Amino acid sequence: MSYVPSTPAERQQMLRALGLRDFRELYRDVPEEMLLDRELDLPKGQSELEVSRRMTQMAEKNTRFTTILRGAGAYDHYIPALVKSIPAKEEFLTAYTPYQAEMSQGVLQSIFEYQTMICELTGMDVSNASVYDGATAAAEAAAMCRDRKRRVTLISGAAHPDVINTVRTYCFGSGDELRIVPVKDGKTDPEALKAMLGPEVASFYVQQPNFFGLFEDARALGEAVHAAGALYVMGVNPIALGLMKTPRDFGADVAVGEGQPLGLPLGFGGPYLGFMATTQKNMRKLPGRIVGETVDSKGERCYVLSLQAREQHIRREKASSNICSNEALCALTAAVYLSVMGPQGLRQAAEQSMAKAHYLQKALCAIDGVELVYPGAFFHEFVTTLPRQEEVLAALEQAGILGGLPVEGGVLWCATEKQSRTELDKAVAIVKEVLAQ
Amino acid sequence: MKLIFEKSVPGRRCAILPDCDVEQVSLPEELRRETAPALPELSEVDLSRHYTQLNQRVHGVNCGFYPLGSCTMKYNPRIDEDMAALPGFTGVHPLAPAHAVEGCREVLDTAAAYLREITGMDGMTFQPAAGAHGEFTGVLLIKQYHRSRGDLGRKKIIVPDSAHGTNPATAAMCGFEVVNIPSGPDGCVDLEALKAVLGEDTAGLMLTNPNTVGLFDPNILEITRLVHEAGGLCYYDGANLNAVMGVVRPGDMGFDCIHMNLHKTFATPHGGGGPGACAVGCKAFLKPFLPASRLMDGEGHIQVRSFAGNFLVVVRALTYLMTLGREGIPEAAENAVLNANYLMHQIKGSFSPAFDRICMHEFVLNLSGYKKETGVSALDVAKSLIDYGMHPPTMYFPMIVHEALMLEPTETESKETLDWAAQVFRQLYELGKTDPEAMHAAPHHAQIGRPDEVRAARTPVVRWTKP
Repeated sequence: MSYVPSTPAERQQMLRALGLRDFRELYRDVPEEMLLDRELDLPKGQSELEVSRRMTQMAEKNTRFTTILRGAGAYDHYIPALVKSIPAKEEFLTAYTPYQAEMSQGVLQSIFEYQTMICELTGMDVSNASVYDGATAAAEAAAMCRDRKRRVTLISGAAHPDVINTVRTYCFGSGDELRIVPVKDGKTDPEALKAMLGPEVASFYVQQPNFFGLFEDARALGEAVHAAGALYVMGVNPIALGLMKTPRDFGADVAVGEGQPLGLPLGFGGPYLGFMATTQKNMRKLPGRIVGETVDSKGERCYVLSLQAREQHIRREKASSNICSNEALCALTAAVYLSVMGPQGLRQAAEQSMAKAHYLQKALCAIDGVELVYPGAFFHEFVTTLPRQEEVLAALEQAGILGGLPVEGGVLWCATEKQSRTELDKAVAIVKEVLAQ
Repeated sequence: MKLIFEKSVPGRRCAILPDCDVEQVSLPEELRRETAPALPELSEVDLSRHYTQLNQRVHGVNCGFYPLGSCTMKYNPRIDEDMAALPGFTGVHPLAPAHAVEGCREVLDTAAAYLREITGMDGMTFQPAAGAHGEFTGVLLIKQYHRSRGDLGRKKIIVPDSAHGTNPATAAMCGFEVVNIPSGPDGCVDLEALKAVLGEDTAGLMLTNPNTVGLFDPNILEITRLVHEAGGLCYYDGANLNAVMGVVRPGDMGFDCIHMNLHKTFATPHGGGGPGACAVGCKAFLKPFLPASRLMDGEGHIQVRSFAGNFLVVVRALTYLMTLGREGIPEAAENAVLNANYLMHQIKGSFSPAFDRICMHEFVLNLSGYKKETGVSALDVAKSLIDYGMHPPTMYFPMIVHEALMLEPTETESKETLDWAAQVFRQLYELGKTDPEAMHAAPHHAQIGRPDEVRAARTPVVRWTKP
């Protein structure tokens, strides 16, 4: 089954129109000895029903957790029904990048609206149409901050480990140096940062809230970065922005982040969404697609892909990035999520995530042997010590609960608005019971 | 059409979350934002209609013919969407313990096995999120390989002038100097030009085969042999794999690594510009250099993004691969090539193909003669097609052909669609001779007239602001 609509008779008719006898003649440029002279060593094609059965079997091999208390870069928020149905519409789903504005106003306007929402969340002036995920957004931000003289990138050791590793890989590619700023009590060490800043430093990246869930003293870090003449990049959780000061307020030059919490399923890691925004001053350095407003031949407002002189199809080896396809449908999903939630709903999601995480933390830390590892204000994640870790996590799993993530020094827990008090109480009771044994 | 912000009414909302059932906590004053973000305030019916209206202003593959060359806009089967929406896949946390994600691992392993067999490669990763990201990953394999051997002088990547812009941009991101080589008169690699630039500083060659003019390079074995002889590696840009899958394998052409766009060849939808997904394959000696996730797999590997890649897109691609199977895969390729040749043949009496010979899955028209004669450009023809409900072909690419229109019909178009498309091209060919003005002003019946792109770039308005 290959989804080819033409019948064998039609295919023959078309071959005859070309003066050919068989398909092999279409491949006359391929050297004979290279043609595959056997069938592919793969199973035969299957009907839709058979494939559906097989894929469903695989899906059922995964453990379905009813409660997820694990975050660490992928967050289990509630996804409203409309947020699932709109991006599934076949036109949004199956269109290409909107190169032909006259046929793609719907995609272009949706991206323009997304860009506006990201600017509103981050306090920035300009957003791109998206990059692959939060980690590549951080790597692209580091690249856009480098210039001829300033080649060194600094990153907080309290950033997500996959983000650090991705930025390191991009730096390995371009031949630039990445230095990691040490962590003290779960946060970026400000004194260490000051000592590491210098005329060779292009930018510093901090995550807010950081990998351990803690709020960094972001304004002070930014002031130090600017005093040394470097640029300040902040990776932020977009749900937290319902409550928290914007990266612009903290002094950031570039705001990036993982957009997955904005209506995208966990999906074993993807597709996710990298958002990326900056100030007017840095607009022409921003990588990726950007949609702009203009007028058409009749003077009506319309939208186009704009500022393309930055991009690979024009600039080739001098482009600001090689990015081409991005995550447009995920950006649409995020825009629908933000519209459904509205300013009030987003704030509610943020407040409830924070409240539930604090409720969980207090209840867990009331158990003997469970203690908060780092002091300081946190959002919806926190690290505790946990005796007999494996046993506790296994007991939770038995009850359909995915417990926190084992990290150095303890376990990183997460709660969101999605978990009810009853669910949290049940998890705490299990931890208590195991540790009482 | 109004923007969503222009429809907003203070106080309107959707009822999504319950009241909080635990004690509220407040954020320390110095961290609290002062003003709420100006997100739209609308009810669910307002939102449903707004996005439905936007969706009506989008041309998808489901709407009609989409012969956008080099993008492989084949039909995206609905079953793939159903499988990617199974809660057993969507609900899986990427950092759940290994025993809880055996189904996801099976999806990745099975898809990798299919693609290894199709490409003739030994290793496979799904971490990259799109084609250009896969190129980045593949060229980093080449970089790591040379470094692991202490061969530090290899600083150049060779790219033909017909290549996609992502190839030279990728090589530059990986710290290499880009050496552009001219194509021969037949659009293929000029062997003499290649020999002239090969040397001890050659890290590798990036090549698309069939190439961007839709021709299979008959010297491919000689090309890869020459690069290997000089100590370089050969990178296969899989953008055009749809022409040859199941017929001839990049691994048998002498390539060392390859990327495949699952959102082209393997029928996953483009989503208006992503998410795509990319598989990067390599020969056994490059396997140690493949990327991994630090949190999922530990230290010591390169990593091009978080976690394991665009997993739900891989679910769609695997569904497609299992449906096609060993006989459907070459059948798709052969019919993609048949459809392209048939369409070229039907158009040929009017606009001229840049290379008048059997093509692969796509072909390029050269309108430079026609433009001289009538004043009608490739852009005018492209815009005129919109009035017929046909998505224009890729324009002005590859750069080695002037006034280029590149058509890729794919295998999922029927004979009557191809006959109709050819007839439209022939009609426009005649129209340009009699009424060129009509074509300069096209489209006439689209959502909008031609946009002023210069204005968009000179005075950028890239977000809505409250009046």
